[in-house]
Amino acid sequence: MVSEREVWDWLGQIPDPEIPVLSLVDLGVIREVRFDGDTLVVGVTPTYSGCPATAVIKQDIEAALRAHGVDKLRLERRLSPPWTTEWMSEDGRRKLREYGVAPPSGRAPAACPRCGSSKLRRVSQFGSTPCKANYVCQECLEPFDYFKCI
Amino acid sequence: MTSNSVSSDRFNYALRLGDNALILSHRLSEWCGHGPALEEDIALTNVALDLIGQAQFWLGLAGELEGAGRSADDLAYKRDAGAFRNALLVERPNGDYGHTLMRQYLFDAWHVEVLAALTASSDPRFAEIAAKAAREVAYHVERSGELVAALGDGTPQSHARMQSALDALWAYAGGLFVGDEIDARLAEQGIAPAAGSLRPEWDRATGAVFAQAGLKPPASAFAHKGGHTEALGHLLAEMQFLPRAYPDAQW
Ligand SMILES: [Zn+2]
Repeated sequence: MVSEREVWDWLGQIPDPEIPVLSLVDLGVIREVRFDGDTLVVGVTPTYSGCPATAVIKQDIEAALRAHGVDKLRLERRLSPPWTTEWMSEDGRRKLREYGVAPPSGRAPAACPRCGSSKLRRVSQFGSTPCKANYVCQECLEPFDYFKCI
Repeated sequence: MTSNSVSSDRFNYALRLGDNALILSHRLSEWCGHGPALEEDIALTNVALDLIGQAQFWLGLAGELEGAGRSADDLAYKRDAGAFRNALLVERPNGDYGHTLMRQYLFDAWHVEVLAALTASSDPRFAEIAAKAAREVAYHVERSGELVAALGDGTPQSHARMQSALDALWAYAGGLFVGDEIDARLAEQGIAPAAGSLRPEWDRATGAVFAQAGLKPPASAFAHKGGHTEALGHLLAEMQFLPRAYPDAQW
């Protein structure tokens, strides 16, 4: 019999399809792991409503758990409470920064993920994916993504 | 009040919310690849993406409430214009970029309010979708409001375009606040806000932006409501073409 702890560990190894340095557990979209009889139930919450990664995340979870030998599996959608950037783990925030994406921090990024400067300019509130805004550092002049708070 | 008509009211209300998001999303997607600047193109299509996600939630709920086995896709692709329940404002053609942004702002300013009210709905299914959508729409209204203010207070050319967009869209925006018996029954049960109750705060919020923009809303209180304009049929012809022509098409 597989334990819930083991399932969490497996889910922690599945990368987010758009920001692969983050795992699904880092991202905070896994709400629940439990057994309903002999069926494994995983509660998953979407990030942005229209995020195309949501469908891929579902497929990746199914594929990974099947590869670990889980054959009775049910994924449940959880809308409430809504996902926010508060659900992202501390570890996830550190990984994002190292990856060159400023982690969520209130209204605007705290610092340039490359040089640490706080002299920043917003280029656009909307970026390459629904969760990102576009900034440029006034010190090192590098553009960077900001994982915006929601 | 029979429980049957309550559930049909809820179905209709979920359709309205879903159709608003779906139709506006389609309008915005018409700009994809045509935006006046790369950042604008990306921003507008990101807003469209949020709205299509919200449309999927609302239409999915509508299908559940109806209980006839129709999915969100069935509702989006297999209804004709007469069965759509969106506000007239969102089906209006894009016009120039200023016109698109004005339509967006008039809608966003209403959307944040209706979602805030629905977050406290006595029906948890409405409340949970609203709570999710409200966080996204907070970004939409911030952006469209800033742009309306900047363009209204920009060059004589941009100012003139924003004023003419406001003049053209004002009566359509007014339609958002004209309720019917469905709104009234749902409001009575605390499921949804009464349509007119959202107007004072909308007037205050949009008034502040228009003052900053140097724009004057028309004095007329006339509001377009009900039916559809010719524009919706053309939009659906494009949006529904593929699933209608190739019903079993797979991605
Ligand atoms: Zn820097």
